[in-house]
Amino acid sequence: VLGGLLTFVDWSWIGANEGVIAHAVAQHAELAGVAIACGLAIALPTALIAWRFHWTRGAILGFAGLLYTIPSIALFVLIQPLTGYFSLLTAEVALTGYTLLILIRNVLTGLDAATDEIREAALAMGYTTTGAMLRVYLPLALPSIFAGLRVATVTVVGLVTITAFIEWGGLGQLIITGFSENFFATPIIVGLVLSIVLAALGDALVVLLERMIVRWRHVEN
Amino acid sequence: MNFLSGVAHWLTTAANWSGADGIVLRAISQIELSAAVIGASIILGVGIGFALGHSGRGGFFAVNAANAARAVPSLALLTLLVTWPFISLKGDGFYASFLALVALAIPPILTNAYVAMRGVNAEVIEAAKSVGMSSWQRFIRVEVPLAAPLAVSGIRTLAAYVTFNDLGGFIFAGLATNDVAEAFSGAFLVAVLAEGTDLVFLALYRFVVPVSLRRAGVTSRPTVRARTARPRASYSDVGELPTAV
Repeated sequence: VLGGLLTFVDWSWIGANEGVIAHAVAQHAELAGVAIACGLAIALPTALIAWRFHWTRGAILGFAGLLYTIPSIALFVLIQPLTGYFSLLTAEVALTGYTLLILIRNVLTGLDAATDEIREAALAMGYTTTGAMLRVYLPLALPSIFAGLRVATVTVVGLVTITAFIEWGGLGQLIITGFSENFFATPIIVGLVLSIVLAALGDALVVLLERMIVRWRHVEN
Repeated sequence: MNFLSGVAHWLTTAANWSGADGIVLRAISQIELSAAVIGASIILGVGIGFALGHSGRGGFFAVNAANAARAVPSLALLTLLVTWPFISLKGDGFYASFLALVALAIPPILTNAYVAMRGVNAEVIEAAKSVGMSSWQRFIRVEVPLAAPLAVSGIRTLAAYVTFNDLGGFIFAGLATNDVAEAFSGAFLVAVLAEGTDLVFLALYRFVVPVSLRRAGVTSRPTVRARTARPRASYSDVGELPTAV
């Protein structure tokens, strides 16, 4: 299979387009990075509200689920009247939207996982519910939050390719190029492989970050 | 308001609904594709996931399938299939779309089905053994009914995949000709179909919780603790999410 793939790829095209490819990778990483950062900045406080005020939970998860279910091409077009036609904002708002359900779910799962013993201990120490949430349950939820961050990272890196349809897209541009140039496979394969590599790198970066922040997990073992 | 009235005008123009290129026929051909994708991915995903879960083999593969598949951009998969001469755009792109969508849909379904099967309480399986059920009887009569709700929450993940193709044509046509109203209307129809499909699977999810469990007020879903134990039939809450497309 690998041999077939090697002859299938037009290596001279890659050599001739190094600059284009490098630019696509940089744009791809930037689009994904900003969306993930914004997603976390929105999802974390939202999830805390959903946990603390239980009656908001259904509405918050429902809205995030609604966003997640809409296919991305449709979502880009639907929000354009508000965020601008073919604008960077449209791309980032939609990409951020897809991280919300993943992240909120995982924060909630992590907060919910505090056992009755932990809760009683926290309350006996004099924490209020909100105080215990922030100082006790949230640190305990970190592994679950990082698990969600990993899924969100891989998802967004894959989705960035779709923003090519609104003239962004990073590596998605290469895929569209290959498609419109008479189904020329090389740019598509380059886009596919580099996108998977970026997803793997992003995933590894989150794992590294978790190892730095959630130190106690590794002390135990 | 000019924009909204344009959209309303586009959606209420009879010519956009009828004819070979109208909404009705495109929606029908899209639903045909969706049904084929749903059928194939459920049979393969749930079949393989349940079989692996029952036997306890291939756990690493089953658990990681959903996450690994997320890294593959759907756009690349679809266009790559089209460049392959075997498939190209045969059947107006039906085969390429079908294969790409099934390939994207199976992994999360498979992972959820596997996890659901492994989540069936070991004591229940012991009880089934002790009343003399064979491995196959246990699988069909005990494990499948108990695992079904969680597995269906995995199947609900399909909702987003099934709205890719034909109605999407309006979006691309609108984007290509700068016809904002057409693109927006197409996107709106796609979103409605996606959410509608999701609701159908939600109904199915409620339906497959075994009657005895429903009466007892429990589901076989893993519940974390009392506070969150009330049944919430939403894939927003449980199981492996689909790959967003």
